[in-house]
This record gives sequence, structure tokens and C-alpha cells, in this order.
Amino acid sequence: MKDMVEGYTTPDGRQIGGVLMELKNITLRFGGVVAIKDISFDIREGEIRAIIGPNGAGKSSMLNVISGFYVPTEGEVWFHGQKRPAMRPYQVARLGIARTFQNIALFDGMSVLDNIMTGRLTLMKSGLLTQAMWWGKAAAEEDEHREKVEKIIDFLEIQNIRKTPVGRLPYGLKKRVELARALAAEPKILLLDEPMAGMNVEEKEDMCRFILDVNDEFGTTTVLIEHDMGVVMDLSDRVVVMDYGRKIGDGPPDEVRNNQDVIDAYLGVAHE
Amino acid sequence: MSDQLLYATETALNGLMTGVMYSLVALGFVLIYKSSGVFNYAQGVLALFAALTLVGIQKGQVPFAHLINAVTGGHLETFPWQVPALLAILLTAGVMVLMAIIIEKLVLKHLVNQAPIILFMATIGLAYFLEGFGDVMWGADIKTLDVGLPQGINETIETTTANWFGYGFFIDNLDLVATLVAVLLVAALTLFSQYSKQGRALRAVADDHQAALSVGISLRFIWVLVWSIAGFVALVAGIMWGTKSGVQFSLSLIALKALPVLMLGGFTSIPGAIVGGLIIGMGEKLFEFWVGPLIGGATENWFAYVLALIFLVFRPQGLFGEKIIERV
Repeated sequence: MKDMVEGYTTPDGRQIGGVLMELKNITLRFGGVVAIKDISFDIREGEIRAIIGPNGAGKSSMLNVISGFYVPTEGEVWFHGQKRPAMRPYQVARLGIARTFQNIALFDGMSVLDNIMTGRLTLMKSGLLTQAMWWGKAAAEEDEHREKVEKIIDFLEIQNIRKTPVGRLPYGLKKRVELARALAAEPKILLLDEPMAGMNVEEKEDMCRFILDVNDEFGTTTVLIEHDMGVVMDLSDRVVVMDYGRKIGDGPPDEVRNNQDVIDAYLGVAHE
Repeated sequence: MSDQLLYATETALNGLMTGVMYSLVALGFVLIYKSSGVFNYAQGVLALFAALTLVGIQKGQVPFAHLINAVTGGHLETFPWQVPALLAILLTAGVMVLMAIIIEKLVLKHLVNQAPIILFMATIGLAYFLEGFGDVMWGADIKTLDVGLPQGINETIETTTANWFGYGFFIDNLDLVATLVAVLLVAALTLFSQYSKQGRALRAVADDHQAALSVGISLRFIWVLVWSIAGFVALVAGIMWGTKSGVQFSLSLIALKALPVLMLGGFTSIPGAIVGGLIIGMGEKLFEFWVGPLIGGATENWFAYVLALIFLVFRPQGLFGEKIIERV
């Protein structure tokens, strides 16, 4: 198990680190329905890890397990080499696991800037009283966080909509603001639930570029879900393929692409 | 100025200040509605309970005295001390925070993800429980509340206006204080909600629960916070109304006057609660002044509700509420 610690080098020469999170034998049942069946895989520091599969394969459920929105029926989540106890979603977020949602969950009534600032709530130190009284310390802290947020805004090229209420933005920009909010938390792991869903080709290309740039610039470990194979293959370092709640493939894109089970799942297979 | 106009101006001014008192009650509703989508039927009773507790603490009443006496056959009435007004207010604020924690633990926690109507029903239950609980705890008799706020006619205003117009305006000192307190309260709440970490978290929860969880906000903490603030606003309203007209059951009925204020101003807007209160306060006084005599008076009892009805027909989201757009 040497490469558990040491990691590997990607074809384009990026160094991927050791195991950051490990999912061990995860099973998730809703009553009689089995959404995830006995799945294990790991997420390494600095890599872009994709979970793909046809609709209803259990990808989103998997992401919800990682982000604490679902508690797995069986199995364990290991983070930083320690077993993570059962937690509520907000506690998981405070561990440094930020996420976006398939159907976009932003604060529509708040400005883009305010939305992104909420991403930094977990990093703010001042207590309730200091904040309520608006003493110097809290003000200085606010400025500091504001500076970091402005950097992210520049990075994602959304300067011109900073003060716009999010509810008025078009779909593609909302997705980008949601990414910005998740990034603002300086996450250890960034979870993206279908970041390209419903976008046109141009928006998809932009989003791809941002995901790669974020990984490049901040070294952010990224886990993303997608059902569009083409996009994923270009983007990710390693891919988990799910079908009907089971894992049918795991490895670098090229390897997965030629896996017979994966081809069957995507193209369909003639049943006798 | 003609006499008629002078009387009307005085009436309008008094109306504005009554309006401030309505706004104070409406504010509590808006805070909770905004952050949790719950119409808190118990807000008025919360104000009554806060006022009862304040009087009780200040006068050194023994809580549950009747109950204790009935069980033990003793004659407990009061402790041998009185508590200074300011300390009593602080202690009462503490009780309201405790109340928020208990409400979250016993009621709200178990109703997460339920339809708003279920939560509304729960607050009705809460209102009746709290009403009875207040009675048992502090007794059902009418109490006077005096925390040292100035009362009676403001003589400076009276003499000044008498010099200017030859007619002295009658403005109550308590109304002036209420206005000042309301301004400070709204300023503090606005600063808190716009510029503080917790305020931002509060607005986030109001907007989208799922998204709030994903950025690490604890919904339960925010609910305790909101109900504490609503409890504090109820305390302020309770002090003002209690000083004005005594602490008794009818205090909880001021919530009924807050309803038309909310329909006018919108359920989700703090400025709306203020402006709505002012419009209704001034509107009902002026209407009584001009139209009242023509139709036999007592218009103040229904004017606010008729105005609210008209708003419901033509602008159901209120003056400041978010426009309701259904996408098909």
C-alpha cells in the first residue's frame, strides 16, 4: 500500500498527494430502495475525482453522503485518516467540505457579494457579542474576509455583477456564483453536483476552465458528478462509474472508457 | 393656520406616535416570518408575558405564588426586595432568551421540514399555553408597570407651539420615548442583519435552508437567535404598552392591530412594518377626526382592517413585500 501515502503523478505532470478521504463499504437504503450498494473508493489530495453514471445511478446520493446530507445506512467515511462520526450537514461544512447543488441553492434575495461572503461564515472567528456590537475587531475581520472574497470574484470573472441580487441572474452565472461561494470557504474538498447541467456549450467550456484553474491555482481537491461522459474524461484524473447503486468501474479516464461494464451501462446491453 | 388645520396636525402627530407603537409589535412578527416563514401567532402573548415577567421581577413577586400557596397552605406573596428597573429589564431579557431555547427544544425542533401551516398551528398552541402559564406564574390581576419612563404631556412642545400658533399641541412624553426607542431598535436590527456574521447567517437561513446548511450554518442556533430577538422586541413592546395601559390580558390583543400593519407593509420587510404602522396610526386618527363625526364615530375600531382589506385586493404583497411571481 505504498501509494496510499505517496500518491501519483498525472499524465500532464501534476503531483497528486495521499488519501484525503476514504469511503468504506457505503450502503444507503431508503426503506426498501437501495440507492447505494457497498461502494468503496478514495479521494486523494489535489486530484479532480469524478463520479459518473446514467441517471438514477446514485451519484447525487453519494455526494450527499460525503457532504453529510444523508447518513449512510452502512459503511464509514474516513477523513484525514480518522473515522468521521455521524454529523449534521452544517458540521460537515465546518470540517472544510463545501458543495454546490444540482438545482442551485443560492440566497436569491441577497447580492452576489453577500452570497459569496456566507461561504466564509465558518472561517469567521468573532463571537455573537463582538459582532452585534460591531467593535473594531469584528470590523477588521470583515475587511480581511472581504479581501479574500474579492479575489475569488476576480478569479471567476464576475466583478460586474457583484452587487446584483442573485435571483435576477441567468442560470449559467448562478452556477458560477455558487462555485464562488463554495470556494470562499477555502474547502479541503470541493463537491460539485452536475456543475455543467443545463448549460450551453460556451458556458460548459467556461465552467470546465474554471474547475481546472481552481485546481491549478489553489490545489483544491475536487469531486464532481456528471452524466456527460465527454466532459468528465477531459477534466478528471480518476473516475468512479456507478450504475444502479453499484460501482462498476474506478480508475483513470482512459482505463474506464475501455471497461466493458461501463460501455454496457452507457450504451445498453442486449438482455437474453 | 386655521384652528381646524392645527387640530388636524396635532391629531396626525399623535397618530404617528400610536403608529410607532403598532410597529413595535409588527416588528416581532416580521423577524420570525422572514427567517423561518412562520407566522408567529404567539407574538402578542410573548409581549404580555415579557411585561408580566418584568413587573413580577421588579416588584419581587414570588413566581407561582398561588400554586405554591394552594399546595402548601402558606401565604407567600413577595420577596422582601425590589429590583431596580434596569436590572429587572436585563433579567427579563434573559428570561426571554431562555424561553427561545425552550421553544426551540420542545416545539420547533420536532417540526423541521413541516408545512408552514403546521408551524402556525403550533404557535397558536404556544400562545394559549403561554397565556395560561403567565397567569399561573405571576397572577391574573391587572398590574401597573413603571420603569421610570416619562409620562404625561410634554410641556416644552406645548408652550413652544402655543407661542407659535396660539394653540398648544398635546404630545405625550411616553409616545416620544417610544418613537426614540423604535428608531434605535430598527437601526440596531438593520446594522446587525446587514453587517454582522450572525445577521448574514440569519438572512441566509431566511432565503434557503439547504444552502444555509451547506455553508455551515446551524439552523437550530439561528432559530434560537431569531426567537430571542423576537422575544426582546416583544419585551420592548410590552414595556411601552404596559406603561401606557397597564399589564393585563388585553395587552396580548395588540397583536390584532399588528395584522393590518403587516398586510400594509408586507410580512417580510422591516421598513414595511414601520411605515405600515405609521400609516395605520395616522390614518385611523385622521379618519376619526374628519369622517368620524359624520358617521357616528368609533371608526378607530375598524378603520385599520378595512384599509388592510383594500390592500389585500389591490396589492396583496404589501407596500414593501416581495412581489409574488408564479412562473409557469
